[in-house]
Amino acid sequence: MTMAENTTPLTGPTVVHRAPLPDGPRDEKISVRNLNFFYGDTKALKNVNVPLYSGHVTAFIGPSGCGKSTFLRVLNRIYDLYPRQRAEGVVLLDNENILNPSLDLNLLRARVGMVFQKPTPFPMSIYENIAFGIRLYENLSKADLDARVESALRRAALWDEVKDKLGANGLSLSGGQQQRLCIARTVAVKPEVILLDEPCSALDPIATAKIEELIDELKSDYTIAIVTHNMQQAARVSDYTAFMFLGELVEFGPTTKIFTSPSERRTQDYITGRFG
Amino acid sequence: MTPYRRRRVRNFVVMGLSIAATVIGLGWLALILGALVWEAFLGLSLSVFTEMTPPPGASGGLLNPIVGSLIMTVIAVVIGTPLGMLAGTYMAEYGRHSRLTQVVRFINDILLSAPSIVVGLFVYEIMVYQVGHFSALAGAVALAVIVVPVVVRTTEDMLVLVPDTLREACVSIGMPRARMISHVCYRAARAGLITGVLLAVARISGETAPLLFTALNNQFFSLDLNAPMASLPVVIFQFALSPYKEWQALAWIGALIITFGVLALSIAARALGTKETVL
Repeated sequence: MTMAENTTPLTGPTVVHRAPLPDGPRDEKISVRNLNFFYGDTKALKNVNVPLYSGHVTAFIGPSGCGKSTFLRVLNRIYDLYPRQRAEGVVLLDNENILNPSLDLNLLRARVGMVFQKPTPFPMSIYENIAFGIRLYENLSKADLDARVESALRRAALWDEVKDKLGANGLSLSGGQQQRLCIARTVAVKPEVILLDEPCSALDPIATAKIEELIDELKSDYTIAIVTHNMQQAARVSDYTAFMFLGELVEFGPTTKIFTSPSERRTQDYITGRFG
Repeated sequence: MTPYRRRRVRNFVVMGLSIAATVIGLGWLALILGALVWEAFLGLSLSVFTEMTPPPGASGGLLNPIVGSLIMTVIAVVIGTPLGMLAGTYMAEYGRHSRLTQVVRFINDILLSAPSIVVGLFVYEIMVYQVGHFSALAGAVALAVIVVPVVVRTTEDMLVLVPDTLREACVSIGMPRARMISHVCYRAARAGLITGVLLAVARISGETAPLLFTALNNQFFSLDLNAPMASLPVVIFQFALSPYKEWQALAWIGALIITFGVLALSIAARALGTKETVL
């Protein structure tokens, strides 16, 4: 498939025109098995089983409160920041269970990056926003660091807009630019998996289009999971789609199949707008 | 009377009362500042800043109490700020949901409102009584005890205001927690943290009671931390109560210096607080 096919139908219908996925065995970067998640006594995820395929984009759709974001927050164990939140089950990242309590969380999160709903630039310069994360794990010369910062900003399609003001505060950028800065920051530390939690919900259509283009470009090197409320967006950017409802994973499959001939009635109802 | 009209009348009455209350409150403040400036301004001269406190009947200045106040305030801030910042950081970042934090916060609030004379007596017991003489160091420690709860409080409050989304962003690129606190949270809350320290300085620069029991006073210029040291509040206390005209004039000038020093700090704190910040 070509770039143009992927990125142009911004306002188009939900119908998906993309090449069929290659047959044969696919590499499971992450395998989630029998995952249950609790906020205190409330069960938010119920026995979720789903794979994330290497080099592909998987979209998680479903009505508000169905557990999509909760699911994403398990994959880098960011829920660990808060008391009374816990996960049960198995989440394999390259065949290693990341729910293992003795796992080094900093290393896990360096491998599994995350971009949030609202842009969250650090209170420092644009350059430092990117360089800070790189320096955490690598000792680079000034020239190498400069190159890494530039390439991260280029990948996030932000370089041309900020190359003359790298010393400016990251907070001085517009919302869409801030979000692309956050994506650049995530990409710069070279994670293997990128989690996107409604990355475009605070953005206008032009900024959204840029980020969708970016996702498409990034997926050749990364495994990407995206939570979105926007079904057109799921259809545009993802290879696989998982439909969640009330904490359960109702259906998972290739995006083309989920959006054209879902096998579950509830999926059908949701994507045709009958509820949610 | 229609309901609308009744509302208008009520609004008018309440607005009038509010304006009256504001005028009365600010009026007293203006009177105090006016009296201060009126009494002190004529006596203000360069000799105030170059000469020592005089014996009764002679002329002199306030050099030794000004220097003494500066020294003890600086030491108090140097001792109290790290302690307060570290405690506040623990409460906001590490132990936000722990029982210990609730206990510490409760005790800190008591300390925050404890009468400063109690602090003076406490330090007198542990530092002055034990060594048998008053000292500038004891004065600085007494002031530090007043600095700590102010800084603990503002540090915790300001760090809690740093949005969790920012912490999540740090964590999501694998940033260790200590790095996150020192490089991102402190930076995001910088204006508030500095404001807290400035407020603490403003608070201690007028304290008299703790110094009476600890640093006492010194007629002469002294930089010895192990000896009594003069300070502006204590000199004001002594000179204002005396029957000598020259001393009373110097007390007014000392009060003016403290007031404008604190005013300058408050303005600085306000300016920092409203500067662009994440919060």
